[in-house]
Order: sequence, then structure tokens, then C-alpha cells
Amino acid sequence: MSQDAPKTPWWNDRAIRAILYQILVVGAVVLAAWYLISNTLDNLAARNIATGFGFLTRESGFAIGESPIPFDPADSYAKAILVGLLNTVIVAVLGVILSTMIGTVIGVARLSGNWLVARLASFYVETLRNIPVLLQLLFWYALITEGLPGPNQALNPLPDVYLSNRGLKFPTPDWGGVEWLVLAALFLGMAGTFLLVRWAKRRQALTGKIFPTIRAGIGLILGLPLLAWIALGAPTQMNAPELQGFNFEGGHSVSPEFVALLTGLTLYTASFIAEIVRSGILAVAPGQTEAALALGLKRGQVLRLVVMPQALRVIIPPLTSQYLNLTKNSSLAVAIGYPDLVSVSNTTINQTGQAIEGVALLMAVYLAVSLAISAFMSWYDKKTALVGR
Amino acid sequence: MKRLSLWAILATVTSATLAAPAFAGTTFDAVKARGSLNCGVHTGLAGFGAPDDKGNWAGLDVDVCRSVAAAMFGDSTKVKYVPLTTQQRFTALQSGEIDMLSRNTTITSQRDTELGMNFGPTNFYDGQGFLVPKKLKVNNAKQLNGATVCVLPGTTTELNLTDYFRANKMSFKPVVIEKQDELAAAFFAGRCDAITSDASQLASIRSAQASNPDDYVILPELISKEPFATAVRHGDDQWFDLVKWVVYATFEAEEKGITSANIDSFKGKTDPTIKRLLGETPGLGKALGVNEDWAYQVVKQVGNYGESYERNVGANSKLKLPRGLNAQWNKGGLIYALPIR
Repeated sequence: MSQDAPKTPWWNDRAIRAILYQILVVGAVVLAAWYLISNTLDNLAARNIATGFGFLTRESGFAIGESPIPFDPADSYAKAILVGLLNTVIVAVLGVILSTMIGTVIGVARLSGNWLVARLASFYVETLRNIPVLLQLLFWYALITEGLPGPNQALNPLPDVYLSNRGLKFPTPDWGGVEWLVLAALFLGMAGTFLLVRWAKRRQALTGKIFPTIRAGIGLILGLPLLAWIALGAPTQMNAPELQGFNFEGGHSVSPEFVALLTGLTLYTASFIAEIVRSGILAVAPGQTEAALALGLKRGQVLRLVVMPQALRVIIPPLTSQYLNLTKNSSLAVAIGYPDLVSVSNTTINQTGQAIEGVALLMAVYLAVSLAISAFMSWYDKKTALVGR
Repeated sequence: MKRLSLWAILATVTSATLAAPAFAGTTFDAVKARGSLNCGVHTGLAGFGAPDDKGNWAGLDVDVCRSVAAAMFGDSTKVKYVPLTTQQRFTALQSGEIDMLSRNTTITSQRDTELGMNFGPTNFYDGQGFLVPKKLKVNNAKQLNGATVCVLPGTTTELNLTDYFRANKMSFKPVVIEKQDELAAAFFAGRCDAITSDASQLASIRSAQASNPDDYVILPELISKEPFATAVRHGDDQWFDLVKWVVYATFEAEEKGITSANIDSFKGKTDPTIKRLLGETPGLGKALGVNEDWAYQVVKQVGNYGESYERNVGANSKLKLPRGLNAQWNKGGLIYALPIR
């Protein structure tokens, strides 16, 4: 006996409903955006305020304190914003690397059996995590500018190295046109290390013999360029900083603003990372450590080969948000005079009056940077994820 | 802090977007209907716009707000002060958050045109200078080649500084810090060789923040013209006219020797200009859309320009700035009231 199931009316069909709701939501968003944008444009036109991104190609007319690429006041606003972005990226990349290193050490130290080490690590975490990062930035900046002498009485801890409230000045090598050979040697060393690691892994899998890859790798990466440099007859002159007029000329300098920002962001974020690392290690069952020790692995090997790979799966997702936080917190730089993206964009907004375009640009750039970090970390997370066999 | 001001920009942008219909009427009508004036002022610059020890706003720029309120409502206290940073001020005016901006703002052609503003009469003539420690032994600005200079962001100051060094083929390193207190602290700690700003502001910084003001000197060169004026939005001529003539009225009162103390003794005088100013010859107030005694209320409650100057920035104040360019035109200065007739 067969009877057709009553046909579901289309408005009760799950698939159709799902599509319908999505169309409605997208429609509402588009309508709202259209309303906001057209209203804004009308208002701007009514107030005789220029719109558009044409200002980006105009001459900026202001100077920027530090820049990884040459920047002149005659350059365009677009280039000024690029300089700000590069400054932000430099601080963010260095901050992420340093805070990960410090955070890992502190996180492991907090679990140490040594009472003093564990207490010191707890003290570090509890203090730095609970003080607003802006205050910490101002503290480091004040410490450097008020604590160090002026350029005329600069401290001279090493020959040709000067430390003053204008920053750290140190000599840089003046390459005699052979830097590309040394760089090539560096890349050769890196490629060699990569191959060596693969070979050592395969050999260990086949024979069980362990090759000291870390030491050999460091030797290759540092040794090859050094050998190349010596083979070329060590042609480098040092370009040493010298006190001329108001300040040091020559060599390389690291500004107090940069140091204060990097120190503040790194130490602050490291305290959060330490907690993430600690929770990751605690999440690994103690039986794993005991089993590894029973196999005869050394303490360091247990941490590196057994505990950390498992802890990483817990650590990486929250670590991503700390990296994002560090990058976004770098926008506090204007409080201590480091020309980051926000600082330069704000100046641009003020000189041109194009607030809406400027803020839109800022939002787009931060969104892109955040998504890039997030994408990289998801890729890494997938790579370290437990593979079911 | 940075985030705060970004939020402020966002908020004003959003209010420009959302709340616009509320300002559909003219500014003049909106102020009249509201019964008080929203006046954008400095966040705290002694002499120009800062809360005094009793928490009341005072200063040369604040007096312009009070004068406009006195002309409009016959009551100089009907003002809501909105403290603004250099970065917020134009957006606040553009978006309608304030009715007028009275905050040592320099008139420039770009602000007058692209930013959609109209500027009233200049109420302070200033110029950009350099403050340096005496121990640097720098006597003029030409010796600053290679110096590190502290400067506030987003002002004409930053551009003038760059222009001056470019024009004289000199180099410098800027240190740009958003808050004036932090900037001055960095300068007094020796992070910069010089700090640059409007000369009046340098005097204010030196008197308020230097541990020993005598150790610092303002270099003689002024590298720019900085005429400060009150700004209103484009597009409401009636409102612009009122602000403009209120300022001229304070100039005119000083020229005629009329002060807040002696103004009542001028009643019934035969001088036709004074009769018009005091509203005894009617017409002017009606044309401006306010009471005929508008100028009387301004001078009675706030004082003439000279009184305001002496009280806030002149010899009797902490800043002790000489009148200089800010004297009346017939005493060697540039303060010149257009004919009130």
C-alpha cells in the first residue's frame, strides 16, 4: 500500500528557507550600506568637503622621523602611509618573534620545580599582565629619555657604540660591493640546512641514528657567509658613528621611540603568551612525560619531542589572537612618537581633512594585516594538528 | 589614548553619516532653538582655552564663545564647551557636533576651501618659533641644521617646520608626539634639541612646564604667519555674519575706549558710531537677527578686545605676551574693526 507523503509547501522547505533568509540578510546589509554611503556623500557635498582618494598622490610636505625606505617631504601621501605601514610591520614582526621567545621561557619557568624561578615567573606575569599597555609604553619611553644622558655625554660601552637619549648608535659594515656574494652564501647555507634536516630525518627513520642537526645548521648558516667574506679578502670597512653638531652621524641607529614601543609591546604580550604556554603544557597528560623518560629520553628531549608537539595544538589558536593583539596595540605608538601607520595616517587626515577616506584606508590595512596573520596561523595549526592514522 | 581619538574620529564620522538630518536647518536657527551655543575649544592651553582653578573655562578664545552667546541670548554663560584636540577639531565642526570652533586655529586657504569652513576676523596674530635650551648656544634658527625637533602632529606647524628646513637646505629629525604634555616632557628631558610651535604656545609651555624657565630661550625668528580665528561651517551666512560682527564689535569697543566697567557712562553720547554700537540707533541688531543691545551685552558681560587680551595673555597674565601685532591699528598693530554701520 503506497500513499504519497503530503508535499511540503515551498515556504516550509528547509533548503529554500536557508537561501531565502540569506538573500534577505544580504539585501538588508546592502540597503543599509547604500543608505549610509549615499547619505555621507550628500552631506559631504552639502558642506563643500572634497571626497575621493585623489589626495594620496599629492605632495605630503611633512617629514617622518624614521623610515626603512628613503622618504622625503616631497614624496606623496601614499608613500608616507607606506612608510607608516612598514614601520608597523617591523615592530609587529619583531614583537611577535621576541614575545614568543620570552613568553615560552617564562611559561616553562612558571612550571619549574625551582621555587625561586617559578615565583619570579609568576611575579612577571601577574605584574605585566595587569598594567595597561599604554602606561607601560610611557614608562619605557620616560625611562629612556629621562634616564639616559644627552648625545654629548653618551655612554660608550663598546668601541664605536654609543647609548644616549637619542638612541643606540652602532657601526655598520661598509660593504665594498661584494654584499651579494655574502648574501648568496647565506642562502646557500640555509638551503644546505634544509636538505641536511631532511636527510637526517630519513636516516633516523631508517637507522635510528641521531645527527646533531641544530649545531650543524647554525654552523652552515653562519659559517658559509663568513668563509665567503674571508675568501674575498675581508673587504669591509666599518662605518662608525661620530658626534657631529647636534647628533651622531654615520653608522646605524635605533631610536628610543622604537625601543620603547618594542620593549613595551613585547613584555606585555609575553606575559599573556607565558600563560598560554603554561596551559598548553599542563594540558599534556603527565603520563606522556613519564613514558618518555622511561624510554630513556633526556629532559630536554622530552620537552622538545614529546610535550611541546602535543602542547602546540592547545597553544596555537590562542597564540594567534595574541599576535593580532600585539599588532593592533602597536597603534598606540603615537603616544610616544614612533611613526607607525596610525600616526602617519592621522597626520595625513589632518593635513588633507579626508577623515572618512583616511579611516577607511586604516581599517582596510589593519583588516588585511590581521587576516594575513590569521591565515598563516591557521595554516600552521593545520600542520601541527594531530593526524589520525 | 590613540585609540580614544580614533574612536572620536569614528564617532564623528558616524554622526556625520547618521545624524545629518538634525542639522538640516541653518546653524543660526538650530542654536537659537537649542538656547545654548556648542563651542569647540582647546583641551587646555593656558591663556587661550583652559579651565581655571574654579573649573570655569577661560581664555582669549573662550571669550569669543562667551561674546557670541551674549549677543545671541543676552547671556554669556549659555555656552557648552567642547574640548577638542588638533586632530578632532575640524571633523567636529564639519559633522555639526559644534556650532563654532574657537581654538587658536590658523586660517589657511586649504581649510577655507576644501575643509568647508569660513573664518571670522583674526583675534590673535602669532608666528611659529623655536624654543631651545640656552646651553645649546644656538642664537638663531639657521643654526639648527641636523637638529632633532619635537613637534605636535597634524597642524600647520608640522608643515611650516618642514618647509623652513627645505627652503634653507637644512635637515632635521622630527619627533612627533600627540599629547602636548608628553611632547614637552620629551623636550625637557633632552630627547629633542628644539621644540617648535606658535610663539604664544611656546611661552605657555615654558612658563608651565620648565623646571627653570630661564634656562630656555625662544629664538628670534618666526618662520610663519599664524593668524588665529574663529571658524564656522560653510553654508550659513547669517550665522557667519553674527560671529564676524561680534568679534569686530569687541575691536571697535576697545578703539572707542568702551570697557565693561564704563560702558553705561557712554549711554546717551552723541557719537553716531557709539549710538549704533550700543543699539540706541536701531537696525543693526535686526539685520543680524538678534536683539538691538547685542554689542552692549557683549562688552558689558565679556569686555572689549583689549580687556580680554590683558586678562588672558597680556602683561597681567602668566603668559605676559606684549601686544605687538595684536595692538589696535592706530597703535602700530593689526587689530582693525571694519566700520560698524
